Amino acid sequence: MEGLISLAVKAIFVENLALSFFLGMCTFIAVSKKISTALGLGISVMVVQAITVPANNLLLNYLLKPGALAWAGFPDVDLTFLGLISYIGVIAAMVQILEMVLDKYFPPLYNALGIFLPLITVNCAILGGSLFMVERDYNFAEATTYGLSSGFGWALAITAMAGVREKLKYSDIPDGLQGLGITFITAGLMAMAFMSFSGVKL
Amino acid sequence: MSQTKKEMLVDPLVDNNPITLQVLGICSALAVTSSLQVAFVMALAVTFVTAFSSMFISILRNQIPGSIRIIVQMVIIASLVILVDQVLKAYAFEISKTLSVFVGLIITNCIVMGRAEAFAMKNPPVASFIDGVGNGMGYGLILMLVGFIRELFGAGSLFGVTILETINNGGWYVPNGMLLLPPSAFFIIGLIIWAFRTWKPNQVEEREYKIQQVEAH
Repeated sequence: MEGLISLAVKAIFVENLALSFFLGMCTFIAVSKKISTALGLGISVMVVQAITVPANNLLLNYLLKPGALAWAGFPDVDLTFLGLISYIGVIAAMVQILEMVLDKYFPPLYNALGIFLPLITVNCAILGGSLFMVERDYNFAEATTYGLSSGFGWALAITAMAGVREKLKYSDIPDGLQGLGITFITAGLMAMAFMSFSGVKL
Repeated sequence: MSQTKKEMLVDPLVDNNPITLQVLGICSALAVTSSLQVAFVMALAVTFVTAFSSMFISILRNQIPGSIRIIVQMVIIASLVILVDQVLKAYAFEISKTLSVFVGLIITNCIVMGRAEAFAMKNPPVASFIDGVGNGMGYGLILMLVGFIRELFGAGSLFGVTILETINNGGWYVPNGMLLLPPSAFFIIGLIIWAFRTWKPNQVEEREYKIQQVEAH
């Protein structure tokens, strides 16, 4: 249990997907103009992440790993080269389901997220989370914790960013730096701040 | 078709650059630019995947049902990325180790998906292919520019060849270690955008709030 809590803290702060691995940057920059939209997107990323990482973990352990197919009578089969395409398949399916649910039950959020909802599929944070899960060999409980907390960390980062940008729009910024430019520099400063979490251990 | 083929190829370089204007594909731009060689391989891989995925998706565009289009696009892109991944592992193992998860993450590079959604679903194969090459090159241009600055001033070398002799090796140049750390990529891209927009003022974004000038009495 302690191990899981420590893993969660690490995934949220020290190894924040957005600010220390720079995953999911496209949406991070593009959808962080308003706190409410950013929060909505953050929550959807968290939900998708919390479902897909454990799902991919099961997929890895029962279908893809060398010897994983022993239960079906194929102990020698190694399907790890199919990893990328299976993970992304799971992710794309989950996002499409989420899109349909949002469209039916939460139309305002659906409209606010617009083109960025299908782009959650190509949000590197989601696939990155699954790839890190594979690389670090998490078991099912760890994968669930990691999925939930890394998604939470991402949501935290994008909401904080949106908060900064809402204040930023009142400032007098040089013309060429307006919008995207200043956003990048702000994100750089935030990333430097988050770097100071590195070394924190529970 | 209002655009000529040449325009489609050159447009994404500066006028409609995927990174600085369309805000696509930034993750890898930050993570793989600490040395020029890696940035170059990455740019090549992304151009290849963007061009061919756009072409294949455009060939299939009339057969793909709207509700499952994302999955179909992902399968095409993922197959191409697996191909690139295996080729890199076979012929450039060192580089593929440095790129690590980021080759896999080409799948989720928004440029590939963004062009597939925005262009290839509505246009014929040849045009989509050229659009893919153009956008891949626009992405590569920024990637190489950032990689150039970071490697030259962060480690004093280009493509691993020493240009500025560093203090540690008995030279005169004190390398700026900050540039090898990821946050510096944010600053460099921010400054590149500033430079681009000063050069092409029509890309400047509208202010949401104007500061009112008060006349002095």
